[in-house]
This record gives sequence, structure tokens and C-alpha cells, in this order.
Amino acid sequence: MEMLPFILATVFTAATPLLIAALGEHVTERAGVLNLGVEGMMIVGAATGFAAAVLTDSSVLGILAGALAGMALSAVFALMVLVFATNQVATGLALTIMGLGLAGLIGQGFVGQPRAAIPPVKIPLLSEIPVLGKAIFTGDFVFFLSLALIGFVAWGLNRSRFGLLLRAVGESHGSAHALGLPVKRIRLVAILFGGLLAGLAGAYLSLIYTRFWSPGMSAGRGWIALALVVFAAGHVWRLVLGAYLFGGITVAQLHAQAGAIGLPSQFLSALPYLMTIAALLFLSISGRKGAGAAGSLGQPFVPER
Amino acid sequence: MPARRKTLGIAYLGVVMSRTGFLAAVALSLGVAAPAFAQEKLKVGFIYVGPVGDFGWSYQHDEGRKAIEKAFPGRVETTFIESVPEADSERSIEQLARTGHKLIFTTSFGYMEPTLKVAKKYPNVMFEHATGFKRDKNVATYSAKFHEGRFIIGKIAGKMTKTNTLGYVGAMPIPEVIAGINAFYLGAKSVNPNVKIKIAWANAWFDPGKEGDAAKALLDQGADIITQHTDSPAPLQQASARGKLAFGQASDMTRFAPNHILTSIIDDWAPYYVERTRAVLEGKWQSQDVFDGLAKGKVKMGPYVNMPEDVKQLAEETEAGLKSGKIDAFMCPIVAQDGKTVECKGGDRLTDAQVVGMNFYVQGIEGTIPK
Repeated sequence: MEMLPFILATVFTAATPLLIAALGEHVTERAGVLNLGVEGMMIVGAATGFAAAVLTDSSVLGILAGALAGMALSAVFALMVLVFATNQVATGLALTIMGLGLAGLIGQGFVGQPRAAIPPVKIPLLSEIPVLGKAIFTGDFVFFLSLALIGFVAWGLNRSRFGLLLRAVGESHGSAHALGLPVKRIRLVAILFGGLLAGLAGAYLSLIYTRFWSPGMSAGRGWIALALVVFAAGHVWRLVLGAYLFGGITVAQLHAQAGAIGLPSQFLSALPYLMTIAALLFLSISGRKGAGAAGSLGQPFVPER
Repeated sequence: MPARRKTLGIAYLGVVMSRTGFLAAVALSLGVAAPAFAQEKLKVGFIYVGPVGDFGWSYQHDEGRKAIEKAFPGRVETTFIESVPEADSERSIEQLARTGHKLIFTTSFGYMEPTLKVAKKYPNVMFEHATGFKRDKNVATYSAKFHEGRFIIGKIAGKMTKTNTLGYVGAMPIPEVIAGINAFYLGAKSVNPNVKIKIAWANAWFDPGKEGDAAKALLDQGADIITQHTDSPAPLQQASARGKLAFGQASDMTRFAPNHILTSIIDDWAPYYVERTRAVLEGKWQSQDVFDGLAKGKVKMGPYVNMPEDVKQLAEETEAGLKSGKIDAFMCPIVAQDGKTVECKGGDRLTDAQVVGMNFYVQGIEGTIPK
């Protein structure tokens, strides 16, 4: 029982970057745009965030810079798919490749520089609650920010006027256009929001999760975030559940190993992907084919004149 | 597959870099033949499993590459491809062979079969595979006795632990890593009979997030000293964040936790790489297997710090003993986990072949090796 708050805290740190990046991609996909460049935006966010933190000697500024760098990269993506109506899958993959290269370049002079930890935020009173209080209410500020983001995205998509328009554009860009909605402008906002969050997730990796920069350090987390969006099938609550489940599995399997419980660790490492496939299968079998994905997801929008 | 996440993420992104700069790198990655030089230089290629900036394993191999450039100015040209996933390495190795590299170092255990396969197709190219055990006419193998260093840090850990629980972050369950775990445990046990070891596998050579999580899990379960056989400084950093002690791996990692590092096991490939390049230049290269350690300087120890004088002395004595060959990490009798004594073939210690192929835990280690 003494271990539990620590374990939970580890789960939360492992899940937070996945959750943040997935929330961003969720919004992008709701608007009907598939951006496979999450991994690329994340790693550029990690490199830029770390570099900025070292140069300004402020981790907070670093995290801000990382988020903005992710957004800048997503602006490139937006230019390609919105203005030039390129294939979204190919452009997204290109973005990932470009991001990994670019991040190496940005971070070149910063390899192997250590950075001090950001002191954790302790919420008075609440952090005194046994077990859960210690795990939830003592964390880094980005963790609390991610909780706020969950609420913001859930409310924004379901309750706000802009969210309604955004989803309408995602369901059928043709109809939305016919109704006079600014399809491209709304998508631009969604793409930039996705980039911002992917960059933030990346900066979290290099400044909080493991405090150093190294090329390739995102190690496929952008892809897991994408898998999470599929797993969520359109529901923010499932996204949150999925992120903590994925994070939980990673940490649980390490604990199982350390405790010499014979679970096949390779299988557990593959579990997030298997779960995503299972979720897809379930959606398909239950007759809700395509359920969860926005109606015009991935289709380029070229308005008729 | 152990490297599943990497294969998804960065499989196709083995970033090609070369000394001559980014443009050359692009040309190479597109398979464009490099222009012929007036005086033909020897082209030497390297395949790395992680990024050169991992500050561990791949970083040290790259230091070796740089040593070649320095040793033969104007006579050699080196190229490396980093972050090459083991499962998808064949085309990267072939790419180097096809673009005129005459000597190719493949620097991870998982490159063994792909290296042999490519070597068959290019009989005039010489290959050097690190940590493997299969050779061919044009494939040599080389490794270092990292387990010697692990025996020393085991003794330090056994002395320094207060909870009698040591944490070990492993990468992949291959013989090299298992021999390291055994050597570490035997070292610790020799000075502290009550010591226990807990092992967590990250299933990746390089995934700082996961390596750090593994270290945290071990600390949560009562370990107060962390050691690792993965490539990033993350486990050391996590231990330090909790005020616990740890060791550096592959390179001197002091800067990441100056107050909590005990020492580092440092790989030094430079002399070997220079020697082998010279052999090719002089036309004397032959397939061989080299397995040496502290004595030849391929394995070095970082400074012994953050420990009392007597522990430091013990470490230094052990190091000297290993160097002179007086002692060994695997002195007979060695008893395996299942209680059977491992056969000692003649000598007073296990043979190199037995160490290179080690696939069992020694008695006292709990848990099973993942299959």
C-alpha cells in the first residue's frame, strides 16, 4: 500500500504525454483531418522545448516553446493539405519523417546536457488525502494542465458553438461548405490545436518525463497517441481511459517483472496495439462500421466554384 | 518483437549522416553513387542501433568512428546510419555495401543474421559484427567483457545497499545481458550474502521514457541501487531524483547525476576500430573473434565516487585482479538457478564461449528469463 501512490504517480507521468498528444489529434480528426505527423511534431516539440529551456534557463518557457514549435510544424501540414489539398496520409507521414530529422538538427548542440527537475506542484489539503491524494494532487504543472485540457476539449467539442461547427465540418465538409461555413479556417484552427498539443507532449518528454534531449527519444509515442484516438472512437472519456490504461499497462508490466511475476513482457509491450485492433474489430462487428471517425476524415477538401 | 514500437515509429527513418555533411547524406540515402575520388579512399561504414546522441552505447561506437578519421587523415572516409531497428537492418547494411564501403561495422547483437546475409552477397566487403557469435570468411566478430565491469559494480552495490535490494534494468534477454546480470549478482553476493536482485526488462535498447519507468518500478519495490543495461541515462537520472544511487552505462554519465553516480562502465572501441581499419588498409584483414575487456582497455571504469574509502579500495582491488587475470566474474563452481553446477571445462573459470552463450541465471536470482 505504501507503494501505491508512487506507482500511480508513475502511471500518470507515463500517460500524460500520450493523453495530451491524443487530445490534440482527437480535435484535428473531429474536424475531418487525419494528421499522421504526431510523432514528428512531438519530437520537434521535445527538441525545441529542451533547447529553449537551456538557452533561457527556464523550463516553463521551454515547454511553451516546445508547444509553439509543434504548432509551427502543424502549420506546414495545414498549408499542404488545406491550400494545396494534398493527400493527408502521405503528408502526415512526410511530416513525421521531416520532424525526426529536424529535431535532430535543432537539438544537435544540446545532446547530453542535463537539466534540473521542475519542482512538483502540491495542492494543499487535497494532497493530504491518503493514497490517491498523494498521487493525483502532487504532480508537475503540465499534469494539471492536461486535466484541464480534458475538460476543455470535452466541453469545447460537445457544448460550444465552435465545437459544433468543427464537428459539422468533419462530418461532411461539402454540406458545411454549402451552409456557408468557413471549412478551411475551422480546419486550420483544429490542425494548429493538434500541433500545439503534440508539441506540448514532446516538451513534456524532454523536460519532465526524462530530463534530457536525445534524438529519437519519443520512441513511437506519437503512434500510440494515434492508436489511442482510434481506440477512443470519438469519445473523449474513452480517450482518457485509454491513455491511463496504456500508461498503466506499461508500468504494471514493469512491476510484474521486478516482482518476478512471470508475465511475457514482449506481449505486454504490444498490448496497446492489440487493444486498438480489438476496439476496431468490435466496432466493425457490432455493425457500427466507421463509427467514431468523422464522416469526411482524410478526404481533401476542394470547394467547387 | 522486442523493438516493436521502434519499428513502427522510426523504422524508416534511419537518418543517414556523413562527415561530408547533410547533402551527401541525402544523396546517399537516395542511393546515389558518390563521385569517384582521384585517389581512392577507404570507405568505412557503421550501423548504430540508437542515435549517436544516446550518450551511451551508440555514442561510444561513434567515438570509435571518429578515432578512425583522426588516425588516417585523408585516407579514409566514414559514414554512419543511426537508429537502425534490428529487425529491419538488412537494407541499411546492404546500402552501405552497395555504396562502396569496404569495411562495415554493425554494432548491435540483433544485426547478426542480416550482417551474415549481406556478407554472402558482397564477398569483397569486410564486415565486423559486435557482440555476435557467428562468423564467416568476411565476417569477424568482436565484443568486450562488459561483465568484468559489472562484477566490480556488483561488489560496490552489495556494499552500498541498505535495503539489500538491487534493481537492474535490462534491455533484451540476450546472452550478453544475462551474463551481465549474473556477474553483477555474483559480485554483490560475494560481499553481501543477503542481497537480492530485482530485474525489469524495458524490451528496448533505447527508450528513455520506458527505461526511466523501469527504474521507478524497481525503486518502488524497494531497490535502493539501480544499474542498467540499456543505452540512455534515464535510469540513473530517476534514481538520482529519488536520492538513490546508480551507475553509468557505456559512457561516463557523471554529468547526469554527479551526486548519485557510483561509477560508470565505459566501452572504448577506438583502439580496436583503428587497428581493424589499419588491417584493411595494409591488406592484412582476416576474420577473427576478439573478446577482451579491462586488460586490453576495451572496458574501462569511470571514477569511483560517492562511496566510502573502503568500498573504493575494494573496487580498485577487484579491478586490478580482473585486469591481471587473477580473478574472474565466473570462477568455478558456478551453480545455475535450477541447482545444477555448470560444467567447468578444464580451467578454474567458465570459458569465453560459455560466457558469450550464457542463457541461465545463477542460483539466487529470482524470476525467469523472458523467452
